[in-house]
Amino acid sequence: MLKDMFNRPVKWSVMKQLILKEIDDLIIDSLGIVCFISFFVGGVVAIQTALNLTNPLIPRYLIGFATRQSVILEFAPTFISIIMAGKMGSFITSSIGTMRVTEQIDALEVMGVNSLNYLVFPKIVALFLYPFVIGVAMFLGIFGGYLAAVYGGFATATEFIAGLQVEFVPFHITYAFIKTLAFAFILATIPSFHGYYMKGGALEVGKASTVAFVWTSVLIIITNYFLTQILLS
Amino acid sequence: MIEVINVEKKFGDQKVLKGISTTFEAGQTSLVIGQSGSGKTVFIKSLLGVHEIDKGTIAFNGRIYGEMSQDEKRELRSEIGMVFQGSALFDSMTVEENIGFPLKMFTNKTAKEIKERVDFVIERVNLVDSHHKKPSEISGGMQKRVAIARAIVNNPKYLFCDEPNSGLDPETATVIDNLIQEITKEYNITTVINTHDMNSVMEIGEKIVFLKKGLIAWEGTKEEIFRTENKAVVKFVYSSNLFKKVRAAVLSGH
Repeated sequence: MLKDMFNRPVKWSVMKQLILKEIDDLIIDSLGIVCFISFFVGGVVAIQTALNLTNPLIPRYLIGFATRQSVILEFAPTFISIIMAGKMGSFITSSIGTMRVTEQIDALEVMGVNSLNYLVFPKIVALFLYPFVIGVAMFLGIFGGYLAAVYGGFATATEFIAGLQVEFVPFHITYAFIKTLAFAFILATIPSFHGYYMKGGALEVGKASTVAFVWTSVLIIITNYFLTQILLS
Repeated sequence: MIEVINVEKKFGDQKVLKGISTTFEAGQTSLVIGQSGSGKTVFIKSLLGVHEIDKGTIAFNGRIYGEMSQDEKRELRSEIGMVFQGSALFDSMTVEENIGFPLKMFTNKTAKEIKERVDFVIERVNLVDSHHKKPSEISGGMQKRVAIARAIVNNPKYLFCDEPNSGLDPETATVIDNLIQEITKEYNITTVINTHDMNSVMEIGEKIVFLKKGLIAWEGTKEEIFRTENKAVVKFVYSSNLFKKVRAAVLSGH
């Protein structure tokens, strides 16, 4: 599929519009749910950490530290990507799958348009902006944790911010964004594959979306494991 | 003109086309008819290059498809218009964008030139006041008109229609048939229509090719189909009482 995608590319004036449309559909339209989930999950991480710090000798700044580590290392890149496998992935599979069952892909091919290049390539390019979504998720996750910790009375603002700064390893941010780019590629290609090569009717479009979500999630988890092993060990 | 010589196509062990030879002339509406499973769709898709044939030759105005380079095939595709059974309009685009799509993709026309051509074609297929509507907002008959407009907007030399009347009421079906025939004459297009609709056969069948089990069982004109004694054609075309009566009336000179 990837090799065929680069044959007979669509002319740039058309491709530019397709990429902008995909950025709107995949990136901008995802920001709302990402912001909402990140903010509240960040808050919950802070509260859970605080409630488990029962030993008075453990400093309260650990709430900020734990929130930062959880959000930057795993929650924002990995779990937001799994949520996006459901949101973006099902959108990609169902939109391409519907085009397949309604002969729109055949129409493109008969006209001489490389349908893979027309449909899949703009999605891959648009998802180069996916790290921006994850950056927003990181910020809001930590901000949600801050508000929950400070206004919930679990730590002072100074303690929480001190925790954010403790043993900060800048490479963790790099690691998170490397993972994010790998997940972006998986998010664009696996659902596209399941939509493009599906056969059948409306029911099969639904099934393809489900299968695409499962495989995208599985690949994200496995890739996460290997990238963590390679980059952090 | 499209010349088809001894075309064969099989899927696995099953031979779907078993040596088809015929000619489709420019400026003529040619209809391919036959029962479900007779190989009509595979035949049309083979003509379109969607299926690669196993044996035989397909020539477009003397240019043999199998001997063309990729660039020549791409050029040929830009000369082909296709009306799909379900119209296959792009859901995310308006009527105007759907019709202008081939021009935007394959020509260097300016936005103004594209708009002018689209407006002309929209008027030609009687689709006024639908420019900014999405396919889901218009009726099935209008969707077919949009599909025809999209197929002819780039001045094709060849027009293929797969069941253009399916799902349409008889009156709209006749309008669509007549529109296809008018456009075929007006622009001297080689038109091949895959259909089950016997009204279309009687109305616009300047050449009729009857397929049975992957072979041409009969070919002729709409006038000849009334008088044919070919049992397979008679059984297929005159399966309804209405057509039996029409045939009897024609044969008896009434």
